[in-house]
Amino acid sequence: MSFTALSAAEIAAKVRSQEMKAEAITTAYLDRIRTLDPKIKAFNEVFIDRALKQAKDVDAKISKGENAGALAGVPIAVKDNMLIRGERCTCSSKILERFVATYDATIIRKLRAAGAVFLGRTNLDEFAMGSSTENSAFHTTRNPWDTERIPGGSSGGSAAAVAARMAPLALGSDTGGSIRQPAALCGILGLKPTYGRVSRFGLIAFASSLDQIGPFATTAQDAALLLQAIAGHDDRDSTSVDQPVPDYAAQLGHSLKGLRVGLPKEYFISGMDPEVDKAVRDAIKVLESFGATTKPISLPNTDHCLSVYYILAPSEASSNLSRFDGVRYGRRAKDVKNLLELYEKSRGEGFGPEVKRRIMIGTYALSSGYYDAYYAKAQKVRTLVKQDFDQAFQEVDVIATPTSPSPAFKIGEKSSDPLQMYLSDIFTISCNLAGLPGLSLPCGFTKSKLPIGLQLLGRPFEEGTLLSAAHHYEQTQSWNKEAPHP
Amino acid sequence: MAITRKEVEHVARLARLALTEEEKERYTAQLGQILTYVEKLSALKTDHVTPTTHVLPLSNVWREDKVEPSTAQTLGSPDEILANAPEREGPLFKVKKVIE
Repeated sequence: MSFTALSAAEIAAKVRSQEMKAEAITTAYLDRIRTLDPKIKAFNEVFIDRALKQAKDVDAKISKGENAGALAGVPIAVKDNMLIRGERCTCSSKILERFVATYDATIIRKLRAAGAVFLGRTNLDEFAMGSSTENSAFHTTRNPWDTERIPGGSSGGSAAAVAARMAPLALGSDTGGSIRQPAALCGILGLKPTYGRVSRFGLIAFASSLDQIGPFATTAQDAALLLQAIAGHDDRDSTSVDQPVPDYAAQLGHSLKGLRVGLPKEYFISGMDPEVDKAVRDAIKVLESFGATTKPISLPNTDHCLSVYYILAPSEASSNLSRFDGVRYGRRAKDVKNLLELYEKSRGEGFGPEVKRRIMIGTYALSSGYYDAYYAKAQKVRTLVKQDFDQAFQEVDVIATPTSPSPAFKIGEKSSDPLQMYLSDIFTISCNLAGLPGLSLPCGFTKSKLPIGLQLLGRPFEEGTLLSAAHHYEQTQSWNKEAPHP
Repeated sequence: MAITRKEVEHVARLARLALTEEEKERYTAQLGQILTYVEKLSALKTDHVTPTTHVLPLSNVWREDKVEPSTAQTLGSPDEILANAPEREGPLFKVKKVIE
């Protein structure tokens, strides 16, 4: 069996028991990246020598009899909006092209301690704004199942890397679906944890009331392993919640008997791709075969989620991105007359079209005279969206929906129409607005062999329930074991 | 809601974004479309709804007042941080003259 066919859990176990060398594992992944990534373009940079050094350090620790950690020797790809000390962090933006991180994000620090090996930085839509990676200032990542198609976004590089088995695990960030949608479109698992479950310290902020960091993996067990390593309170992120982290691996086996699964009618709409609809319904039947029961529910404010999101996220972004002013870091425009022009030109030249569009929307929504009509209104409707879920979770334990209304679209298909692109997030946004955990797992393929994802939403801090449902599903289905051959 | 080119120029100035003529043209059309889409919200009755700023029931978060390692040790030395500056002079970030 080749090294790159092993799960992360298997790698860690074999490295710890000295059955395999971490160095050999990392070498195998680096070789695979060298072969495949020129086609896929998942990575912005591969840390060849640093990754090998990290792997050797893990081997050295183990040979000395030291505890190498839960992820000993497991290679991980990192979305290029998380800080790794001494490495560039670009957000796939020209404005940060040369920025070098001076410290580790908390998740990176934790993963180092757990013995993980960082393979490289993965591509994203600039500043995580987009659903296809087409907004990257550097290149578009290809879907490993069909390289004419997008991998989803914004964490498309991380999703494509795991799907193509160029990494057993990857980190993504999810503001409106940026982990779950690319996971669905690439045929792997992606989990957005509850708001506050994982520290965002060292994640370059997009929309602070929505952003969460989470894992990509090919099995529920691996997703649980990575979540375990990164979850928990952090003094440096006051929005991270001081609540004990459960043992996710132990929860995988919890029985689904009596689990009440809600099917919101607003998410099974006419006009949805029929192949997606069928695969999702079949997947729900599999959960029923494990003793889960289903119940039709309603989330009446679903229709407003996209509007709420496209007011709140750009508003928060316009504020967060004001720090990129060409003074302390990032690109500075040349030949400017005064400080104002320095700001305006540096930002005008440094940001791409979608980022500028969102800064404009957000600035407009927050501007004097429009604040109440847009921003304040959206915050109120956000309350209604959250109340829908609070009510639903009194009757059901989990909510099941398609992750994306359609499989991966063609590169260029939606890039000229921002609203069409925004609509591809229609099923994933509500989860962020309500702060819930959400997981996408592979549940089949279209006839033309494009992956389809099932989305499961849970109560706050019930990631374990979602992972257990995914784990049971995997016992009878093999979608997650299929790998593309790009 | 339609938005005028003049409004686009005003918002760009507020956002400190230099836009080309072509961008102003494009954003006038696109912002109008997006604002028309999100305008649906105005039909909803929300007079007695409390706004959600944050999904967590957090107010102030305090920590113990104890000495921690300096940020120069944990977040990067002044030299490392200044290495990212587009222009510096000694230990300072350099910008254009602010006061005429």
